[in-house]
Amino acid sequence: MKSQTLGKASAPRRRKSLLSMGAEFPTTTYVGIAICAFLLLLAAWTIVARLGLVQPIFLPSPLAVVAKLIKLAQDGTLGSDVAISVYRISIGFLIASVMALATAILIGAYRFWEAAIEPILDFVRYMPVVAFVPLSILWSGTSDPQKFLIIWIGTYFQQALMFKDNIKRVPADFVGFGRTLGMSDLRVLMRIVVPSAMPQIWDTLRISLGWAWTWVTLAELVAANSGLGYRITVAQRYLQTDMAIGYILVLGVLGLATDQIMRFLGRQFFKYEKRS
Amino acid sequence: MAQHPKLSISGLNKSFRNGQVKVLSDINLEVADNEFVSLVGASGCGKSTLLAIIAGLQESDNGEVLVDGAPISGPGIDRGVVFQSYTLLPWLTAQQNVEFALRETRHDPKEIADIARRHIELVKLTRFADAFPSQLSGGMKQRVAIARALSYRPKILLMDEPFGALDALTRGQMQELLMQIWQEHKLTVIFVTHDVSEAVYLSDRIFVMGLNPGRIKETIPVPFARPRASEEGRDPELLELQARVLRSIREETAGHDVH
Repeated sequence: MKSQTLGKASAPRRRKSLLSMGAEFPTTTYVGIAICAFLLLLAAWTIVARLGLVQPIFLPSPLAVVAKLIKLAQDGTLGSDVAISVYRISIGFLIASVMALATAILIGAYRFWEAAIEPILDFVRYMPVVAFVPLSILWSGTSDPQKFLIIWIGTYFQQALMFKDNIKRVPADFVGFGRTLGMSDLRVLMRIVVPSAMPQIWDTLRISLGWAWTWVTLAELVAANSGLGYRITVAQRYLQTDMAIGYILVLGVLGLATDQIMRFLGRQFFKYEKRS
Repeated sequence: MAQHPKLSISGLNKSFRNGQVKVLSDINLEVADNEFVSLVGASGCGKSTLLAIIAGLQESDNGEVLVDGAPISGPGIDRGVVFQSYTLLPWLTAQQNVEFALRETRHDPKEIADIARRHIELVKLTRFADAFPSQLSGGMKQRVAIARALSYRPKILLMDEPFGALDALTRGQMQELLMQIWQEHKLTVIFVTHDVSEAVYLSDRIFVMGLNPGRIKETIPVPFARPRASEEGRDPELLELQARVLRSIREETAGHDVH
């Protein structure tokens, strides 16, 4: 890594402050700072809770939250809540992604379909997802399809436009090259254009998966009898603040974990992009 | 057997924006079998547009483009193109990029790997056959692109400033390699460049294109034996010819903005 060697090389010459603008330092220092910041936040939380500055019913201590999470994990509640939410996000996200990719190929490659479809996507995109919640319940009750619907509304429209952008960025000469081989338009699309855009499409998937977590939680908060979001509303009803905070933390960790998994898979799939 | 020219263009016009901007006016030219010709001219003279029309990637307003006496309809595998921008498929190795073209042009699957290997060897990249484009230098990428365009044996090789993005040293090596391949393999090449020295080094004939609208202004034969000296050590006659081509281009840009 370039930044590392640069940082090490210049360190003995003149010790620049970590706080100066554009300062470079090794990755280990970076991670160290990140961990310290986390610990500081945790310490502040602990102190506030310990000193009784805020009543435990509003802000339980970190230890109480962890204890509650362990208890919920042991009796299986946490596991089944995670499982059902992961199931919902998987199906909803899969449906949205497949549809969005098909739409994007259509509007990215054919001007006619772009004119017909893109303005509609753009319009719907600006309608707040939350405003659709009552309608979604009206249409599909409080069952799983209602969760899929909310996730779909929240991700499909954004994805379709972003995928289209990914596809449009493929250089025109790639299409020209395919044509000089006598390939049909459809073949050029499927064998050259889409594969060329794949690394960017994957990145869009990763980003939109992060949003999908928000939408599944929202759907479960409003109308559900299972899942992570549902458990948070239960916690509110019975004043179990420790459970609410614990579940929010779990959601954060799940989001972070899926993001890291997507990054890792992306690095595996698109190894060819890296110089060596 | 009646001898058709390899390529023949007659009465070709091209304009953009519904005829408002005329880019090519009354283009007539013929290219013989095994001939190496260059299209040179200032930027905006339409040389790349003309090449794209010959490739079938753009349409002309009227006029005819004949390959071996038969009119073209769109792009086809009788014309191979090497683009200025890098067009290697990034997820395929050098070898696989050539194989891709062979597969799409319906070659016998049993022969594909072997034909690809021979063409990678032709451009002296055997050591890099399994490298991905991201691991290759600009010059190497264009060598693979040449190998790929040649592999399916098009009748005409169309090259659109293929070495334009390369540094001077690499460009010289590429020109030399291209000459070797051209001499050994009997190719018909149409080469677009704005580099007069490059055109003089490579071509049998040079078409100088004029500006506003783009047209064939002058056809200059280059009657010198090969191999020709590149840049330094050119004999005075060759340098004189090079100066003449340059003058011809400059006449056109006089009074225009020159970039």
